[in-house]
Amino acid sequence: MALANVLGFKSNNEFDRSLQCQKTDNNIDEFCPTLNIENIAQFITLPPYADPAKYLKMVNEKVDRVKIQFLKGTTTLAFKFRNGVIVAVDSRATAGGFIASGEVKKVIEINPYLLGTMAGGAADCAFWERVLARHCRIYELRNKEKISVAAASKILANMIFEYRGMGLSMGTMIVGWDKRGPGLYMVSDDGERISDNIFSVGSGSIYAYSILDAGYKYEMSTVDAIDLARRAIVHAAHRDAASGNIVRIYHMKETGWEKIEEKDTNDYMYQYRDEKTMNF
Amino acid sequence: MAGEYDTAITVFSPDGRLFQVEYAQEAVKKGSTAVGVRGKNIVVLGVEKKAVAVLQEDRTVRKICVLDDHVAMAFAGLTADARVLMHRARIECQSHRLNVEDPVTIEYITRFIADLQQKYTQGRGRRPFGLSTLIVGFDYDGTPRLYSTDPSGTYHEWKANAIGRQAKTVREYLEKAYTETIYESTHESIKLCIRALLEVVQSGSKNVEIAVMARHKPLKTLSAEEVEKYIAEIEKENEIEAEKKKQAKQIGGTTTTAPTLTTQTSKKE
Repeated sequence: MALANVLGFKSNNEFDRSLQCQKTDNNIDEFCPTLNIENIAQFITLPPYADPAKYLKMVNEKVDRVKIQFLKGTTTLAFKFRNGVIVAVDSRATAGGFIASGEVKKVIEINPYLLGTMAGGAADCAFWERVLARHCRIYELRNKEKISVAAASKILANMIFEYRGMGLSMGTMIVGWDKRGPGLYMVSDDGERISDNIFSVGSGSIYAYSILDAGYKYEMSTVDAIDLARRAIVHAAHRDAASGNIVRIYHMKETGWEKIEEKDTNDYMYQYRDEKTMNF
Repeated sequence: MAGEYDTAITVFSPDGRLFQVEYAQEAVKKGSTAVGVRGKNIVVLGVEKKAVAVLQEDRTVRKICVLDDHVAMAFAGLTADARVLMHRARIECQSHRLNVEDPVTIEYITRFIADLQQKYTQGRGRRPFGLSTLIVGFDYDGTPRLYSTDPSGTYHEWKANAIGRQAKTVREYLEKAYTETIYESTHESIKLCIRALLEVVQSGSKNVEIAVMARHKPLKTLSAEEVEKYIAEIEKENEIEAEKKKQAKQIGGTTTTAPTLTTQTSKKE
């Protein structure tokens, strides 16, 4: 597993076990290493207390006036349309009421034809999506073809599922273009992996969804799609305290992703207020 | 020399050979012949059916097996080893479908089987799998494929190949007979496979088993009647060929007259 590799744990050497009588001879399954209760400690560094899920629940709720809330304070969105996939994110990082940064990169460029978005724990998202990038590259080298979005999102979902209940916080969208066309999957820390045409993740997603659902048509032109995504993020940033600063927009095409723009959300809000051009 | 270096599998001989692997290839040469042919829209597998004992049920001997809806495998060599390998390959096909949400490509599953065969040439106290395989099928994009693996763990792609007993003879025949027209035609591809088998097997539908797979269709084993029809066609073609050859020889006989010795100006044939 990734954590084991990073910390220098030696994985179970198969040939050392060959002299013992093994019931099943496990072949190396890179996507899903077989874990069970007995050998889990060799693969994953567990926290030094008994039940991680229960402990973290304690910390989330009020214990001695300390409350660490793992909120997904952000707005990210992505939707499929006729000409590919549009991905738009804000750039604010908050810790409770404190704005930690206004320039966070919430879109992770996994490789030239795969993007991942970040919501929840920034470290969790950034780390696991880099591990995903490694798996995707090895797949590409071994099989001489680009990995499909379904497979990439499944790898990530399976990796996350290994750590289910141990406090990961991720709400990420995997976006790409493969031989089946544009692909969009949402993968979250409870092991969920679903595919749909429109997704929005984060505390500002409720505002973004209302804009998206009002204006979305699959047959939109690229210009309209970018405009819709921009409006959705800007309006979410306007009303949600935990979202704001810069809106970044990417367009996933057949030839790979292209960064469209990164501009300030407040400036756009003034522009929209002056235009008064909302038509439903 | 060979005696010292062939007991422990992991030991190279001084001249760089792995004897256990070579002995495994000998075991393959003792197995019954299998032939594979790749056509444009069809892939064909043919195996020699060895005679079964009188009281034995014919159907329990299966040399052609499906690994998935779109992949089939025939082998030559140790049947028990094949069963184990087949089992692992079938699991891998489903595992791939689960993890990647796509059916395996033929190259992928061949690579998996070959990796497995190679692993057993590099382990302590384990002997190699004593079989070669022919793996056929269609990829997700519809391309027909035929691959072959051997006990050393190498694999290659083929247009047509034979493994097992007298594989060399059959392969030489295939090299001579395989043409682009056969590749284009389904009927001709099946006929070529049967022809190739009949080079080393006694003629008759009870001695051969033929299975074909068309694009997006499951593997179909040809019935005895269908095989008989092909064999009858082949035999007729053989007769016509033999007739032509005989006629050619006769015509050739009349042209070689003895030259006349009387006049030098006489016309020669």
